[in-house]
Amino acid sequence: MHGLAFDIAHLLAGSLVLVSLMMLYQDRLYALLNVFALHALLLSLSVGWQAYMQHAPHLYITAFIALVFKAIIIPIVLHRMIVSLGIHREIETTAGIGTIMLAGIGLVGLSMAVMLRITTEANLIAREDLAFALAVLLLGLLIMVTRRNAVGQVVGFMSLENGLVLAATGAKGMPLVVEISVAFSVLIAFIVIGIFLFRIRERFDSVDVQALDSFRGERG
Amino acid sequence: MNIALDGVMLVLAIPAIAAALLAVLPGYRLSARVNMLASLLTLLAAVSLFFRHGPPVTYVLVDDLNIVFIVLSTVVGFTTSVFSASYIGHELETGRLTPTNLRFYHAMYQVMMFGMNLALIANNIGLMWVAIELATLATVVMVGIYRTHEALEAAWKYFILASVGIAFALFGTILVYMAAQPVLGEGLQGMTWTVLVAHVSTFDPALLNVAFVFLFLGYGTKVGLAPLHAWLPDAHAEGPTPISAVLSGLLLNVALYAILRFKMLMALNPAAISPGPLMVTVGLVSVVFAAFMLYRRRDIKRLFAYSSIEHMGIIVFAFGMGGPLANFAGLLQMTMHSLTKSAIFFAVGHIAQIKGTQRIADIRGLSETHPGLGWGLVLGVIAIAGMPPLGIFMSEFLIVSSTFAREPLLALALVFGLLVAFGALMLRLQGIVFGEPTGSSAPSQASYVPIFAHLALVLVAGLYLPPILVTWFQHVAQMLG
Repeated sequence: MHGLAFDIAHLLAGSLVLVSLMMLYQDRLYALLNVFALHALLLSLSVGWQAYMQHAPHLYITAFIALVFKAIIIPIVLHRMIVSLGIHREIETTAGIGTIMLAGIGLVGLSMAVMLRITTEANLIAREDLAFALAVLLLGLLIMVTRRNAVGQVVGFMSLENGLVLAATGAKGMPLVVEISVAFSVLIAFIVIGIFLFRIRERFDSVDVQALDSFRGERG
Repeated sequence: MNIALDGVMLVLAIPAIAAALLAVLPGYRLSARVNMLASLLTLLAAVSLFFRHGPPVTYVLVDDLNIVFIVLSTVVGFTTSVFSASYIGHELETGRLTPTNLRFYHAMYQVMMFGMNLALIANNIGLMWVAIELATLATVVMVGIYRTHEALEAAWKYFILASVGIAFALFGTILVYMAAQPVLGEGLQGMTWTVLVAHVSTFDPALLNVAFVFLFLGYGTKVGLAPLHAWLPDAHAEGPTPISAVLSGLLLNVALYAILRFKMLMALNPAAISPGPLMVTVGLVSVVFAAFMLYRRRDIKRLFAYSSIEHMGIIVFAFGMGGPLANFAGLLQMTMHSLTKSAIFFAVGHIAQIKGTQRIADIRGLSETHPGLGWGLVLGVIAIAGMPPLGIFMSEFLIVSSTFAREPLLALALVFGLLVAFGALMLRLQGIVFGEPTGSSAPSQASYVPIFAHLALVLVAGLYLPPILVTWFQHVAQMLG
C-alpha cells in the first residue's frame, strides 16, 4: 500500500512539472489558460492525496481552494477579461520556443541536482515533492520572464505559486499551510484586479481622454 | 507579564482598530487626525515595551533586537502621519485625490502599520511571512493610488517583483521547516523562532544553506538590494510622498529585520555557511551601483530612492561584516537613515507640491523662494551624504574604520562608493537650492515640525549618543554576532 501511495504522489507531482513545461511553449492566451487550469487541477489532486496520506484534514481545504479558485474561477475570469478588453490573443515571447524549452529542461535538472542532494535525511515523499516544487517554481519564473503580456505573467506567477503550495504540503505537518494558501489567493485576486485596472487604463489612453481634458481646460 | 502582553496587544490592536474605523469614517480632516492619533498611541505602546515586556510565547517574541525596530518604525510612522495630514490637503485641492481615495489611503496606512508591527513581533517564521506580505500589499495599492499610467505601471512592477521575492522567501521558510522537522518533529515548534534558535545547531546544514540563499534573495528583493531593486525607484517616485517616506524609512527595515533573524539562526549552526560574505558582496554591489545611478536622475524622488538603495547596501554590508563594532554601526546607520530619509521625503513632498513638478531641472533656487524647505533639504542632504557632525557621518565612519582594520580592500571599495554618491548628491543639491529661482514662489503651508524634529534627532545623535542607547545598541550588536 505504501508503495502505491508513494507512486501516486510521485505521479501527480511529476505531472505538475510536465504541465509546467507544457505551459512554456503555449503561444496563445486561451491555450495557456487551459493548460493552467489543468495545472491547478493536478495541484488540487496532489494536495488532496497528501491530505489523505498524512491524515491531515486541513489540507483538504487547501486542495479545495486550489480546485475552485485556481482551476475554475481564475481561468474563467481571465478568459472573460481577454474577451472584454480585446487583448491580443497571441503571446509575444522574448526568446524562441526552442531556447525557452532548453532553459526549462536545464532548470528542472538544476532543481533535481540541488534538492535531491541536500535532502538526503528527509523522508522520500517530502524529498521528491521539494525537488519537483523547486522545478515548478523555477519554471514559473521562466514563464514570467519570457512573456511580455500581463496575463501571461500572471499565469506564470500562479504556476510558481502552485509549486510553493506543493512544497508546503509536502513538508509533513507544516503549520499555517492553509493560511498561506489563503494569503496567496488574496494576492492573486489583487493581481487579477490589478490587470483589469491596468488594461482599462490602456484603453483610455487609446481614445486619449487626457488630451480631451487638457484641450477643454485650455478653451474654458 | 500581563502588562507586557498588553503593550504587544496594543501595538497590534490600535492599527487594526484604526484601520477599520478609518475605512468607514467620512471627512478627510477627521480621518487625518484619527490617523495621527492612532499612530501616536501605537508609538506610546511601542515605547512601553522598552520598560516592560514578557518572555516569548507561542506567537509573540519581544527582545532587545526587535524593540529597536518597533520603536523606530512607530516613530517614523507617527511623524509621517503628521506630514501626511498637511500633504493630502493639498492633493485634495488640486484634485489628484478624491475623498473616497483618501478614506482608502488612511485605512491602508494603518493596515500597513499593523502588518509591519506583526512582522516585527512574530515569533513564527510563517506568521512573519504573512505579515510582510500584508504590509507589502497595502503599500502596493497606495503606490497606485493616483491611477495615472505611470503610477499603475510602478505599482504593477512593484507587485510582480515583490511577489516573486515573497515566493522565494516562502520557499526558504519551508526549507527551514524541513531542516527543523527531523529534530523538532511536526507542528508549530518547527516554525517558532525561540525553539529554532535553541536547536538550530543540530539541523542539517546543507538544507539551511539553500534555505538562506532563498530567504536572502526573497527578503533582499524587498530590502531593494542591487540586482533586485528595479521596483524601488518607481514605487518611490509615483506614489504619494508619505508612502515614499514609509517605504524608505520602515518597510525596507522590516525586510532587513527578517534577513537579520535568519542570519542569527545561521550563525548558531557551526557547519552552515557563514552568511557574511554573501551580504557583504551584495551590499557593496548595491552601494557602488546606486552611487553611479544617482548621477543620471532627472526626478527628485527617484534621486532619493536610489540613495535609499545605496544606504541599504551600506547597512547590509555592515551587518555582513559582523562583529560588535560593525553591527553597532549598522544599527546606528539604519536608525539614522530612517530618520534622515523620511525627513528628506517630507521636504521633497512639499517642494514638489509647490513647484507642481518632480523634475529636478524645474526646481531651482529654493533658498530664495522657500527658505524653510530649502534649508531643511540642505540639512537633510548633507546628513544623508555623510557630512560631519550629523549622525550618518558617525555610523559611516564606524563602518569604514572597522572594515579598514579587518579588510582594507573592501573598505576602499566602500569609500569609493560613498564618495561617488556624495558627489552626485552635492551636484544636484546645488541647483535645487541655490540656482536661479524658477516656478511658483507661493508661500507653502508645509508642516516643518516633522522635518526638523527628525533632523534635530540626527544632529544630536551625531554629537552625543545617550549612554543608555549606546549600551542597548551594544547589547543588540552582541546578539547579532
